Amino acid sequence: MTFQSKLLATTAAAMLATSGVAFAESHAMTGPNGEALAETQEFTYRVLDEHSSLDPGIVEDVTGSEVVRDLFEGLYNDSKSGETLEPGVALSHEVSEDGQTYTFTLRQDAMWSNGDPVTAGDFVYAWRRAASPELASPYAWYMSLLSLENVDEVIAGDAPLEDLGVTAIDDHTLEVRLKEPLPYFPQMLTHATTFPVPQSVIEEHGDQWTLPENIVSNGAYVLEEHVPQERSVRVKNDMYWDAENTIIEEVTALVINDENQALTRFLAGELDRTEVPAGQYPRLKEEHPEEAISFPRLCNYYYTFNLRDDGPEAFKDQRVRKALALAVDRNVIVENVLAGGQSPAYTFTPAATANFEVPDVEMAAMTQQERNAMARDLMAEAGYGEDNPLSFEMVYNTSDAHRSVAVAMSQMWDQTLGVDATLANMEWQTFLEARNTGDFELARGAWCGDYNEASTFLDLLQTSSGYNDAKYSDAEVDQLLADAKTAEDPNANYTQVEQIIAEDMPVIPIYHYAGVYMMEDNLIPSWPVENVQQNWYSKDLYFVADD
Amino acid sequence: MFSFIVRRLAVAIPTTLILVVISFVLMYAAPGGPFNSERPVPEQVMANLEAKYGLDQPMWRQMVTYVWGVVTQFDFGPSFQYTDRSVNDVIAQGFPVTLTYGMWSAVVAMVVGVSLGVAAAVRQNSVLDYLAVGITIGAQALPNFVMAPILVLIFTLWLGWLPGGGWNGGQWEYVIMPVIALSTSYMASIARITRSSMLEVLNSNFIRTAQAKGLPMRRVIFRHALKPALLPVLSYLGPAMVGMITGSVVIDIIFSTGGIGQFFVNSAFNRDYAVIMGITLLVGVLTISFNLIVDVLYAWIDPKIRY
Repeated sequence: MTFQSKLLATTAAAMLATSGVAFAESHAMTGPNGEALAETQEFTYRVLDEHSSLDPGIVEDVTGSEVVRDLFEGLYNDSKSGETLEPGVALSHEVSEDGQTYTFTLRQDAMWSNGDPVTAGDFVYAWRRAASPELASPYAWYMSLLSLENVDEVIAGDAPLEDLGVTAIDDHTLEVRLKEPLPYFPQMLTHATTFPVPQSVIEEHGDQWTLPENIVSNGAYVLEEHVPQERSVRVKNDMYWDAENTIIEEVTALVINDENQALTRFLAGELDRTEVPAGQYPRLKEEHPEEAISFPRLCNYYYTFNLRDDGPEAFKDQRVRKALALAVDRNVIVENVLAGGQSPAYTFTPAATANFEVPDVEMAAMTQQERNAMARDLMAEAGYGEDNPLSFEMVYNTSDAHRSVAVAMSQMWDQTLGVDATLANMEWQTFLEARNTGDFELARGAWCGDYNEASTFLDLLQTSSGYNDAKYSDAEVDQLLADAKTAEDPNANYTQVEQIIAEDMPVIPIYHYAGVYMMEDNLIPSWPVENVQQNWYSKDLYFVADD
Repeated sequence: MFSFIVRRLAVAIPTTLILVVISFVLMYAAPGGPFNSERPVPEQVMANLEAKYGLDQPMWRQMVTYVWGVVTQFDFGPSFQYTDRSVNDVIAQGFPVTLTYGMWSAVVAMVVGVSLGVAAAVRQNSVLDYLAVGITIGAQALPNFVMAPILVLIFTLWLGWLPGGGWNGGQWEYVIMPVIALSTSYMASIARITRSSMLEVLNSNFIRTAQAKGLPMRRVIFRHALKPALLPVLSYLGPAMVGMITGSVVIDIIFSTGGIGQFFVNSAFNRDYAVIMGITLLVGVLTISFNLIVDVLYAWIDPKIRY
């Protein structure tokens, strides 16, 4: 039996827009739902930092991925909600019975911006390149996460590139072989690392192939201009297969390091989108109710204990960890400190994760008074109190928002438990090194999902995970997570893991992120606010006309 | 004079080398590395990356390779962070931006500062003097990271006259606010130095002689007093010019100009070793050059100085 996963060739909405509606010079007069459109369709947004690269195989930051998603198109795209997939270069795929072989059917009309057709061979080249020791991509680990056949051997240089589990059957059929079944494999294909790249252009220009004068891409936009640390401009690609339904003509990303400056420039009308600095959302929402928006993001914010053998003795006691977790009044943090629509976290996995049912954990159902009482009891049991006060250091990377949260937490611990927590901030790279090498007592952590499934978070708590900064190790958690990979319904396993975590408390979940933006009100209707990963595509955006 | 310049240049070479060594050591002493990120890169990939950029070599060899590349090919190496650009590209892109607003700032600071200082000295203890002194004290007390956002608030948000940032190839409306924000405190220092040295000169014998000969005041000031009064300004100007031209980090960050200062800060945060080195060298060489130019100008202005 083969499982056939059919995706609609074009969305119903797109068909509506094309059928019998008059076109302006280059874009449709109405949006996909028949909305009247603004005359100018140019989108300008702020980015915090210069992107690291525009090479899909190398790009590792959010800023760069946003541009790459516009310039290139992978097998699938995220839908507006982020919960389903839409066809990209692939129209559909079949999965073999053992769940380890995927066969993708590619569209015939996909083109590179130089007019060459996009073929299965382009994907084979791109995936081999992304895993190759020669490219040494900092995101080669994503290829490893895809569980492709022989991927780790290829990355290590122990096997030739040809051994990688990806083959072009013909120009429009791509076969992918996995070393183990991965139920969410297709969802992982919206990530930049899996996008095709033009072999001939790369061979001609080497590292410089991504410069505006050299780059050839297959997405809805092409790179027009790039001034590092200042701006990058992309314009509509007429060779794109769905160009006639692409409404935004030009997209400009302006690098503005200072978020308050960015906000001023937004208010002056220079930008269509910028981030809201921590704590300013309530004021902005009141002054600009139609432009200030907040929605859940697929990220968590936590503090991790150091559970290594040479870590603090006190944290080896589960009662101490739990007491500290209980005594943090998360509502105060999200409502008074951050005030941007974040939600209090009692589980590690955000509620916004697709198909994830938030498990019942004891702490979530209690009132803060009950939590504080329980925390005091636990601390007393563990032998800490007025005559033997607990003290430790909590570290975070330098940032106003992190400091505010840490100050609030240390105050709560001091008032409720008489605990003396000293705050220490570190510059980012120094902080990373301290956290990786275990040179800390309690450290801030945060994680954004690489794909929209609970394992992207919970895998962090596996003994073998490279990101398990606590060095937490529980055989049952490891087993449950390993089983979840092949389980029909992994949610039961996830629930159990969350419940074990809530009891063991190797990390203290504090809150789940919200995307908090100031956005041009005419743009908001097309913005994918429900897409918790915020994988947005300029081709799906448009400015509606003023009423 | 010629042998003086040659001697100074000869000293500049070991100075620059010492700068390279110290920067290298400090850079590698800082925790982290160019390829560390929140998600630790697998060991094998890290090894591949380090091999690609020669970071697996001992530090002394990296240093030798680096200096060799710079000396023989003027190659400052690749940026570790921006894979499609070399350090030469980064400097070629950022430095002209910084140079443009830096030069304009120097001109504005000089012209306004000297005029204010002279006016205040000539009309000492008048309303004009108090006003000039008041302005300079205010301008010096107001740091540019406070002043720059205020400028944006006034000229961009409230008046809507100027764009709030960016560079756009250096069009004049993008240059105005960076120049004001950068030049103000230098202008204030120059005005203050000019005023006090002008006062001193105006009280000296040769000025009194000139006045006694019946020369008009304007001629006394511009012909006789200004040149010697500018000497202290000149020695201040050397380092100030370097400061303005190599870019105020604050200006680049607040106005998003894409100048060298922004690259400098970001490369330090990202441990982009080659970019850090390239910009450090640039700043070092500029500092040495400007000090040399100032010394030469000194000799020209003050005939008493002999090298």
